[in-house]
Amino acid sequence: MRALRKICLALIAAIMPVMLAAQDYMRSTAEVGQRGGHLSIALAAEPKTLNPVTALDQNSRAVIWRMAADLVHINRSTLKTEPALAKTWTASADGRQFTLKLRHGIHFSDGVAFDANDVIFTCKVYLDEKVHAPQRDLLMISGKPVSVEKLDDFTVRFTFPAAYAAGDRFFDSIAMLPQHLLQKDYEAGTLQQAWTLSTPPEKMAGLGPFRVKKVVPGASITLERNPYYWKTDAKGQQLPYLDELTFIAVPTQDAQVIRFQAGDTQVLNTLSGENFAALAKDQQAHGYKLSDLGPGLEYNIVFFNLNNDTQGRLPEINRKQKWFSDLRFRRAVSSAVDRAGIVRLVYRGRGAPLATHVTPGNKYWINNAIAVPQHSVSQARQYLKDAEFTWKPDGTLQDAGGQAVEFSILVSSSNPQRVEMATLVQDDLKQLGMKVNVLAMSSGAVIDRVLNTHDFEAALMGFGGSDADPNPEMGLLTSTGQVHVWHAGENKSTTAWQAEIDQLMEKQLVTLSYAARKKQYDRVQEIIARQLPFIPLASPHLLVAAKEDLGNFRPAILEHYTLWNVEELFWRTPAKNK
Amino acid sequence: MPIFFYIPWIHVSGCNMKAKSAWVAIWFLAGLHLLVLFAGFFAPYSYDTQDRYQPFAPPARIHFIDANGKFHWRPFIYRSVSDIENSTEYKEEQSTMFPLRFVTHGDRYSLLGLTDSSIHLFGVDEPARIYLFGADGFGRDQLSRTLYGGRVSLFAGLLAALLSATTGLELGGIAGLYGKAVDEVIMRLAEIFIAVPWFYLLLAIRAFLRLQIEPVTAFMLVVGVIGLVGWGRPARLVRGVVLSARERNFVLAARGFGASNTYVLRRHILPSALGVVFTQIALLVPLFILAEVVLSFLGLGIGEPVPSWGNMLSYAQQHLLLTSRWWMLLPGLVLVPVFLAYHQLLDSLHLRLQ
Repeated sequence: MRALRKICLALIAAIMPVMLAAQDYMRSTAEVGQRGGHLSIALAAEPKTLNPVTALDQNSRAVIWRMAADLVHINRSTLKTEPALAKTWTASADGRQFTLKLRHGIHFSDGVAFDANDVIFTCKVYLDEKVHAPQRDLLMISGKPVSVEKLDDFTVRFTFPAAYAAGDRFFDSIAMLPQHLLQKDYEAGTLQQAWTLSTPPEKMAGLGPFRVKKVVPGASITLERNPYYWKTDAKGQQLPYLDELTFIAVPTQDAQVIRFQAGDTQVLNTLSGENFAALAKDQQAHGYKLSDLGPGLEYNIVFFNLNNDTQGRLPEINRKQKWFSDLRFRRAVSSAVDRAGIVRLVYRGRGAPLATHVTPGNKYWINNAIAVPQHSVSQARQYLKDAEFTWKPDGTLQDAGGQAVEFSILVSSSNPQRVEMATLVQDDLKQLGMKVNVLAMSSGAVIDRVLNTHDFEAALMGFGGSDADPNPEMGLLTSTGQVHVWHAGENKSTTAWQAEIDQLMEKQLVTLSYAARKKQYDRVQEIIARQLPFIPLASPHLLVAAKEDLGNFRPAILEHYTLWNVEELFWRTPAKNK
Repeated sequence: MPIFFYIPWIHVSGCNMKAKSAWVAIWFLAGLHLLVLFAGFFAPYSYDTQDRYQPFAPPARIHFIDANGKFHWRPFIYRSVSDIENSTEYKEEQSTMFPLRFVTHGDRYSLLGLTDSSIHLFGVDEPARIYLFGADGFGRDQLSRTLYGGRVSLFAGLLAALLSATTGLELGGIAGLYGKAVDEVIMRLAEIFIAVPWFYLLLAIRAFLRLQIEPVTAFMLVVGVIGLVGWGRPARLVRGVVLSARERNFVLAARGFGASNTYVLRRHILPSALGVVFTQIALLVPLFILAEVVLSFLGLGIGEPVPSWGNMLSYAQQHLLLTSRWWMLLPGLVLVPVFLAYHQLLDSLHLRLQ
């Protein structure tokens, strides 16, 4: 019996390298770790779905992307693209065609092989209007869909309707779907209802490092190692190292910190400056590792309602738009805002004041020639004087018609930092004699007023975080963009400077040279700094924490900040982290 | 609070401890209401004056003996400074003393809306700031904000309770006196109001209002909603009292002499229901203060920068405040003696009625 076992083990040892070679595994260059252990992390809420086709919320995406993979991936640490399910790719000279070679011998987490048919199926699903997949926008260029064709079982060709600047970045975040599991749902038109939290784990499969093991409704989701994962470490050991990964629903950041301190979770994906300072005090005694990654990609802005209300539905707002559309008024507001104060009070110094929407964390694209506006109440008063505003004896600012300057700023009540920011802006503008009311409401109500009803005077919102490339900013900056918040119904540029931004953003989309694109995007930033369609405020530093024992912990400024390399994370003492 | 000075059932006698403690409660509440009414004078700063270099500054320590061990008759403070940039940990800078100035000039404020003044009970010279109960995250004085916030919270509770009790008294009186269909309609209406969750009602009303409402409007809204929704219980109690009172001999005699319903209600029945109403008011005030605190805590009441105890306490949701910045809980701590005082008053009234 013992002899037979020895023979079997010898056979497996002999066959394994052959199998690994046939399976075209990707080799990680990270520190070699050891297998075993369990990692828990908090989510702000339970994921709404485990379906990559319908997932919109951050919490669902955080879980799904630990179980899914894309063809070409943006390395969150280097911000450059690297091979993923596609081993290699070539671009045509005009930048319109990308030919991708897929890895051989890759399997979904249920053991079924992955090939070009799954890629074709995936693109077909995402592009189908009836499916309403959020990824559809990613697969559209200049309003036209990308076409995909299968050249052989392991080669696919993508043809873009126009040249696309960040061609290889295009493939990031498009999760490949298993045709064998979802084809029936797609044909029956029930794809939207597939892969919910109540779906049995064996009916779901992905190409990521983990797969679903157990869902406890309202409490947690536990993932287990995907035995078919396609990455190995430098020694050829199959990844991931961790046996299990659990996501626990913990609604507030404060509660997440408490759970982390209690040892219930081992990683904190985001931290406020306040909590960071508190944890830093006893990090050595408790064995925490805190990281301040510097400014991330998130930017917070205040903007005024510049929509054209041709039907006169909102007369009060129309009256105030005379102020808002005056550049001197916006410049006065920008000069009066104490950005350093925001960084000091809201982020406890762990933030950066902003000159435009591009944060100092975005080193590839920031226009360093643009300076952050100086906080100067006297300069702000001068701008207002130039715009024929005057002051009543009690200090109240009034326009040329004698109307007191009063407006409200909408802000999402679920983000205490933004509410604090709005309170500081309110106090800053009081120095100019403006009466500002801060209206904190649910984020859904803020978005509805800003994008749909346009029933707002000013709003404070935060954006960014998805990618450092300028392309995701098209939605905000161009007049046809879906989140062109200050003039959501513009559709066609109504000012010369907006027309120039539109033109530059369209141009950079199809320019292949980085230097040329950078020049175009620099110009966009210049226009924004000069015309101030929005008032940039500040960007928070990315602050994260983990247990010291966690190996390969390399947080990044792109989402998911801490688990982007979850397959490489390992416990130096797995026995302690069962 | 003057209403309680007319309560006829509370007499001070040497052996009546209950009555004594009721008077203590009354004086405490009256004193507190005066403090918040004249918050501009008693508070060293305006509620919205920020010092952005002193977020979460701890409560100031009043000294009589300086760093060299020398005694000073005039109390003084040292300025709080943080030696690490952006830190919220402070130490006293002992190089300069800042003596407390009494009846001194400072931020301008409106005195009961009648006149403007800049005289404050106490203060210190710039650049120091005296934070007797610490500062909030914007470097605003917690004591000043608590005093100003009390205007909203205490008076919202009191006015809403008065509104509720008056409505309850009238409708309960009418229901009890007229009976039959009138009674049925009013009582079923009262039951509906008791069943309506006021929180959702307030949400619905807020949705109909303009986007931008003045703090005064927000205050009236809170008072109006809490007060009008709460009339059901007092009305039911008053109705019970009226039902029993209208069968009494003196009421029947009055009717026999041809007294009208209004006369009977005003002259005989409602006075006998006043005790119940006062007890109800004493019961409802703390409940309604709490309702305002909850509403503002959730962001549905008074908005920044105008303080109310509720919106001030909303910062206490952060666990760090609970563990290391106890002074942020001051508005919550003030609620304890207020509620105890009202409870004491209620107890005395209840005993007296029995």
